[in-house]
Amino acid sequence: MVEKQYIDIFTQYRKLIDENSAEGLNIYRDEALREFSQTGFPSKKLEDYHHTNVAKFFEKDYGLNLSQLGKDFNPYASHICDVPDLSTFLFFLVNDLFYNENIPVSKLPNGVYVGSIREFAKTHTDIFSKYYGKIADVKNNGVVAFNTMFVQDGFLVYVPKNVEIDKPLQLINLLQSSVDYLANRRILIIVEDGARLKLLACDHTVDSSNFLVTQVTEIFAGKNAKVDFYELEVNSEAVVRLTSTFVHQEASSNVMVNNVTLECGVTRNNYRVKLAGEHAEASVCGLVVAEKEQQVDNHAFLDHAVPNCTSTQLFKYILQDNAIGAFCGRILVEKDAQKTQAYQTNRNLCMSPQARMFSKPQLEIYADDVKCSHGLTTGQLDEDALFYLRSRGIGKQKAYDMLMQAFAAEVLQHIRVPSVRERLLELLEQRFKGEVSRCGNCLICK
Amino acid sequence: MANLLNIENLHANVEGNEILKGLSLKVNKGEVHAIMGPNGSGKSTLASVLVGNPNYEVTEGSVTYEGKDLLEMDPEERAGEGLFLSFQYPVEIPGVSMTNFIRLALNETRKYKGLEPISATDFLKLMKEKRELVELDKSLSNRSVNEGFSGGEKKRNEIFQMAMLNPTLSILDETDSGLDIDALRIVAAGVQKLRSKDNATIVITHYQRLLDHIKPDVVHVLYKGRIIKSAGPELALELEERGYDWLIKDFD
Repeated sequence: MVEKQYIDIFTQYRKLIDENSAEGLNIYRDEALREFSQTGFPSKKLEDYHHTNVAKFFEKDYGLNLSQLGKDFNPYASHICDVPDLSTFLFFLVNDLFYNENIPVSKLPNGVYVGSIREFAKTHTDIFSKYYGKIADVKNNGVVAFNTMFVQDGFLVYVPKNVEIDKPLQLINLLQSSVDYLANRRILIIVEDGARLKLLACDHTVDSSNFLVTQVTEIFAGKNAKVDFYELEVNSEAVVRLTSTFVHQEASSNVMVNNVTLECGVTRNNYRVKLAGEHAEASVCGLVVAEKEQQVDNHAFLDHAVPNCTSTQLFKYILQDNAIGAFCGRILVEKDAQKTQAYQTNRNLCMSPQARMFSKPQLEIYADDVKCSHGLTTGQLDEDALFYLRSRGIGKQKAYDMLMQAFAAEVLQHIRVPSVRERLLELLEQRFKGEVSRCGNCLICK
Repeated sequence: MANLLNIENLHANVEGNEILKGLSLKVNKGEVHAIMGPNGSGKSTLASVLVGNPNYEVTEGSVTYEGKDLLEMDPEERAGEGLFLSFQYPVEIPGVSMTNFIRLALNETRKYKGLEPISATDFLKLMKEKRELVELDKSLSNRSVNEGFSGGEKKRNEIFQMAMLNPTLSILDETDSGLDIDALRIVAAGVQKLRSKDNATIVITHYQRLLDHIKPDVVHVLYKGRIIKSAGPELALELEERGYDWLIKDFD
């Protein structure tokens, strides 16, 4: 049993784990262990994991950094981000450790905290204990339980009531290790009533080692809060990335989650959004461009618990070579959630005969006055459009690129920060030209 | 006059059915040829074969364009050589902006001819000039290619692209269908202005009315995959009056 070795490590090194973390995180470990011992990692036998055999990935030997030793390189020195407006608030997680030095001093509004989750747990115990682990349920979720057992640090943003951070924050998740490495990171985003936050998180791989990443993100949006959470993955093919993003929305809040996978190894993203207050709006979008043997599996679960909420899902995949894509989108409209509007769209292109797409829309509706829809298509590029472009002198490859760009761009059009949107559109274009080894002028990734 | 296009004994299939059955046609520079004929006679197939639509298979015959074997070329090479088709049903391409599309098309055909890409200023100037030629609304250039365009806008957009790319041989495939009188006048005037002694046009149409505006040098009648009659512009008028029956009865 693959779980046993991790339970042994956990038990053996529990003291080391606790010492290098914070009490606020430590108190969750026992329950997580209990759940993990019962549930284990999800295997292919579970319907929701047919296309991603999570248990298998943990069979490999990975190094852990339980002493939380810092890295001797300064990411700020080599990272030059050329996205306008983004360089102001830039933060790094190196593997699973918040990089706490050399942070450029920039003026954040009063009361705002951006930084290490571990430090926040020590200094703001009240707020921390109110939110941490509250929606990332360890029950029946082996990966979240595992993450909760081992996690020692991560990233936290706290935006107090009615405060707006006008410029977007950027978090860069770096995977850097000369040996195979297992990173467990945690992200907690607290945006209180009437507050606003825009965050772009970029995942990059610095070294050629094998990496396994678990990432658990909890996002709390208070009444009338507005949160934009954008994720860009440009990882090496030796990375397995398992993310679980939980969103809790109070009344009239507005949350946008938009995840773009441009390069990866194996990626599984879970989203669970609970619309808990009336008139809340949620958008969950995903764009996947995968080639070679890459695999991307996105699961979205939108839970309409109260009336008058709106949710939109838009997921698009472009699969080349032997790439495998999977999408499962579930909409749950609970009994009293009348006047719900929930829309789901999944469109996929298989660019080669070997590429495979598995798609599963699920609607579960217990209210009788709702507007729900789902649309799903998987196919090839429009031959007529291709010929039209070629007949105007545009060569086959450029015509393909143009049509793929147009297909994919729809997801990026939903991004509400113009600078981020423009930059990602450019990156996408580079991706189709096979040039997206690094973003702009950043020197970090080799 | 210099020969531009020489089609000899062309046979072509679509989905296994032979549509063109030994068609021959010569077009010289400076000429306008009209191709008329009843539905299903092979007019659109001829247009599609000439621009290299992969759904059509040529089984016999040859097409020489400026001395080169046209059938050996990819569609984009044909465009580079100066061939242009105004589509009967222009394709909508969501997400591809008109401006990006036409800029790329222009620069790719220029590259084929060994020319540098057009400068941004010259491009905008050219856009404005050609847009005005077909009275195409400025806002359409910011939209996706043909997406949500009205029937008339789509056809004007085809002629706009033709004006931008300045082809040597233009094929207008029922460009008049679905056009009201005003749009027809605009389209025809646009085509008329683009005529020169160095280029040629093949006009595929059912009706005389477009030929009132674009005066053809030769009118051909295509029937059952072959040209059964060629004559001067007066033939179009006669067809308008008498229909096709008197001509085709010998070929049924």
